[in-house]
Amino acid sequence: MPAITHHIPDPMIAAYAAGSLPHAFSMVVASHLSYCRDCQAALGAHQAVGGALLEGADCVAMAQGAKSDLMALLDEPAAPAPVYDAKGVYPGPVMQSLKGRPPRWRTLGMGVKQDILFEDDFGSARLLYIPAGQAVPDHSHNGLELTLVLQGSFSDETGRFGVGDVEIGDETLDHTPVADAGDPCICLAATDAPLRFKALIPRLLQPLFRI
Amino acid sequence: MLTLNLDRPPVKNAVLRASPEGKAVVSKEKTYSQLTVWLLAVRDDRDRAAFGDMFDFLAPRLKGFVIRCGARPALAEEIVQDVMLTIWRKAAMFDPHKAQASAWIYQIARNRHIDIVRKENRPVPDELGEDPGSEPDASQILALEQEALHLKQAIAQLHPDQKEMIEKAYIGDLTHQEISTQTGLPLGTVKSRIRLGLGRLRKELKGLR
Repeated sequence: MPAITHHIPDPMIAAYAAGSLPHAFSMVVASHLSYCRDCQAALGAHQAVGGALLEGADCVAMAQGAKSDLMALLDEPAAPAPVYDAKGVYPGPVMQSLKGRPPRWRTLGMGVKQDILFEDDFGSARLLYIPAGQAVPDHSHNGLELTLVLQGSFSDETGRFGVGDVEIGDETLDHTPVADAGDPCICLAATDAPLRFKALIPRLLQPLFRI
Repeated sequence: MLTLNLDRPPVKNAVLRASPEGKAVVSKEKTYSQLTVWLLAVRDDRDRAAFGDMFDFLAPRLKGFVIRCGARPALAEEIVQDVMLTIWRKAAMFDPHKAQASAWIYQIARNRHIDIVRKENRPVPDELGEDPGSEPDASQILALEQEALHLKQAIAQLHPDQKEMIEKAYIGDLTHQEISTQTGLPLGTVKSRIRLGLGRLRKELKGLR
């Protein structure tokens, strides 16, 4: 179990428990929780509040026959659902998104690679591969970005991030993450808006790479 | 975004204030909540009568809950049936050392609702093994049960409009901005009401430790 120093903020865990987070952010939260006992305990507390509210919810009568219909289903075999366990450096929620296959890396230049795992109107999630010593182009953010380290580590103006650590970036964060020496750094990153790169060329390439 | 900041880690604290060993052997019918007793009977004995009783208690509440989440009654009915069937099939995964029965069911209800409505598989965390150094024992279960009971009481004692705000945060897919639009309250008021309500909850919870 890695020593985790950068956690998911508590309100975001509450939003995850309630199901209010966009899918891309839920992937990062569930992945961080796959490493972090403290945040799992926090999730347990929010689920307890949800459970207490559920028990106190106003009753609405079920339709006639609902109970007997259900009791008749108890012996039906459940349709087998694929289960994706953690594999290598990838926690279960990432393996689920990869559908059990290895990442399909696309090169972004300078040895940096990505695999876009998920994209919808509310955000996107990708795996990033950054060779040791390599910088991710200087960028700031339009919206919210969560970056979870799965292998290696990176450092930027705000600190060092190792396996299991998550960095929260927003409009105020203008940073240059650099992968530390050692193994290449692999991250799961989710955003709810395209990143803004400061250099001209990366900005021109932005639509092309969807970064 | 929501702002419930319960002091963490509540589970560990729950263990610390666990009752003395002797209390753990009291018969479970007397000390566990009814929901836990039903769920354990379903888990351990595949007890259909207990499942039927649980259905009678739970299904109308689940239906009310899911309708509060914005589902139409027909969809709500479908989700409730799905949740109940999931409870029957996944009962083996219920561990009262780790979660209260109602918390476990809340999470299943949210997962199934999201999976059905959004047609996507909600990512769920990997299970972490037992905390090193903490042996699971019955006092742990009782501590969690007691916490759930006090939580229910704390929620029942909230001012109605504070309770409504917290319900919206945990029951609906609403952000603060949407709550404000829906209720016509300025955002500052919404946030301060949620904070007041949660502050009171937290105080109630702290009294347990």
